[in-house]
Amino acid sequence: MYVYDEYDRQILAERVAQFRHQTARALAGDLAEEEFLPLRLQNGLYVQRLAPMLRICVPYGMLRSEQLRRLAKVSRDYDKGYAHFTTRQNVQLNWPALEDVPDILAELAEVEMHANQTSGNCIRNTTTDQFAGAQSDEIVDPRPYCEIIRQWSTYHPEFAFLPRKFKVAVNASEHTDRAAVQVHDIGLETVRNDAGDLGFKVYVGGGLGRTPMVGPVIREYLPELDLLTYLEAILRVYNRYGRRDNKYKARIKILVKALTPEGFADKVEDEWSHIKDSPSRLTHEAIARIQAYFTEPGYAALEDNPEALVQARAESKAFDKWVTRNVDAHKKPGYAIVTLTMKKTGTPPGDVSDRQLEQIADVADRYSFGEARVTHQQNAVLADVRQDELYDLWQAIKPMGFATANLNTLTDIICCPGGDYCALANAKSIPIAESIQRKFDNLDYVYDLGNIDLNISGCMNACGHHHVGHIGVLGVDKKGEEFYQISLGGSAQRDAAIGKLLGPSFASEHMPEVIEKIINVYVENRTEEEAFLDTYRRIGIVPFKERVYA
Amino acid sequence: MPDIITSDGQIKADDWTVVPRPEEGEVLTLPEGRVLIPADMWLANRAQYPNKETVGVWLESHDEPGMLADAVDELSIIAVNFPKFTDGRGYSSARLLRERFGYEGELRAIGDVLLDQLQFMKRCGFDSYALRADKDIELAAHCLNFFSQAYQAATDTEEPLFRRRAL
Repeated sequence: MYVYDEYDRQILAERVAQFRHQTARALAGDLAEEEFLPLRLQNGLYVQRLAPMLRICVPYGMLRSEQLRRLAKVSRDYDKGYAHFTTRQNVQLNWPALEDVPDILAELAEVEMHANQTSGNCIRNTTTDQFAGAQSDEIVDPRPYCEIIRQWSTYHPEFAFLPRKFKVAVNASEHTDRAAVQVHDIGLETVRNDAGDLGFKVYVGGGLGRTPMVGPVIREYLPELDLLTYLEAILRVYNRYGRRDNKYKARIKILVKALTPEGFADKVEDEWSHIKDSPSRLTHEAIARIQAYFTEPGYAALEDNPEALVQARAESKAFDKWVTRNVDAHKKPGYAIVTLTMKKTGTPPGDVSDRQLEQIADVADRYSFGEARVTHQQNAVLADVRQDELYDLWQAIKPMGFATANLNTLTDIICCPGGDYCALANAKSIPIAESIQRKFDNLDYVYDLGNIDLNISGCMNACGHHHVGHIGVLGVDKKGEEFYQISLGGSAQRDAAIGKLLGPSFASEHMPEVIEKIINVYVENRTEEEAFLDTYRRIGIVPFKERVYA
Repeated sequence: MPDIITSDGQIKADDWTVVPRPEEGEVLTLPEGRVLIPADMWLANRAQYPNKETVGVWLESHDEPGMLADAVDELSIIAVNFPKFTDGRGYSSARLLRERFGYEGELRAIGDVLLDQLQFMKRCGFDSYALRADKDIELAAHCLNFFSQAYQAATDTEEPLFRRRAL
């Protein structure tokens, strides 16, 4: 992974000194609140109703064990002893004191960490696939390109006051898109042209929030050396023409829509034609220099499915299940990618204690070359684990609580065993859960939807607590065929309520699209920050009914 | 006479007066001394203002700097207004004037010009700054130089760091 040189260290040290200066002036009253606001945001510091929040950048999700330990220390010394993994591969502290933030940033800088541009109307942390560099279906390792973009976007003098925040994601996997590039302001997908040269397919103007949009492709193939000049052209067009009169219409997606993707692309191409051959054009040497930081760790020569693994899987059903669910294929024979799930029931999703951060550091050192990754599903990944050590790792992380998943999101489905396993059930439930998860496989989107309890029961015994799901699904038997009823508005919280039946039931193959329609009604009707349940309570069941049965 | 700050941190007395755009239906009236007038009004009556030592122009943040593309040699000063410091369009305007249209005269930031944006402005090609009156101009030199290095090429740095590192 990337290691700072003198330039990086110098620039970061100057940034910390600058923010110390700014904080001192703000505390002395020389900087008005609205003047300090964008400065602190671009240093990761929010001031929320209850306390400040510091969002620490984890560039494209990569962490060394020493960095995890420093995060643990900082969360212990300056906060309440825990941190929070965000959906954009960053880490947040929830209770730092404003006056301590320069010291926190100085401590982080010692391990090459910072909070640069994790908020504010600027270019944010570039994200990518959490399995980058370790998976087998990758065209190229995307991380060097993310690092190149990180450097280019860091304190970019022209783009520090954009109309709105700006997020770039890079995907290099042929068959998956864990980076969700089409719902970013800029999505970059690596492609090779007929000659075998690397380039990027460029999506612009995707996004979630109030106006979810899949970004259109504005260029099918951008040669890799042109990456930065092309980004600069896109950002310049956005900076100059993006709306600044209404913050809900200020994202680039609105501009792309207003100009049409073709019209927008023309403007970008025109701008780019002036700067494409400038010194900002990348060189093969510059790319190779960054790539040299992302060389493979010292893998041993191993075989897939070693005896130790096969035997352990045969002997322990629980282990076997964990391997199936939380372990992914690795490009190197004999290695595996392991996801540590960070969502122990009763803990807010993504929250990790200082001790847990150290435990992740420990298992990273012991099992995965001292590196870990943060995923935008708010989990952690050990990307380079020997298959013959999976069982040991599993034993080690079980008591740490890293074996549950996706709490509180749409894909955190409460689901009874259903007709596959249970004699009482009228209908299967697990395949329904799975089909819905497949439909909503874009986790950024799911997190954007906020807290949604989706509970599925295979029969009226309601082991899946479907009545109290915000969305409840109940399997019913109609003349020997399995159908599913949907209820909305249930809650198991303090404001508990029983869900209201939406209407006639659906066949299993229709369930994913029905759930999607329900979610679309919510997204179109919600106000800022309004949760699914609140929107439902405000607008009632009728709009959902009308959509689903249209 | 208010002071301005230059890129090398010098504080200078300023004798340019920014003339606001007249209200609809009113005519532009120029005060005594050196004046900066709206760029489009200057363009429309270029022949009237032959002396670039006494008349310069200013651009609003949404103005197209390209309107001055063939006039950059006729001007000794162009100002770009920042109506609010969070309106970042002026940074692009400055770079275009310098890098695209080859403007070499004085490029001044006016309007909501605060301390913490000075270095960004400098990097984009501004070389004088009408700091907002309530800000401490004595701090400006420090704020113009928070950073000794930059990753990107910009008006002040022809080569991005990845090329300089390669040396």
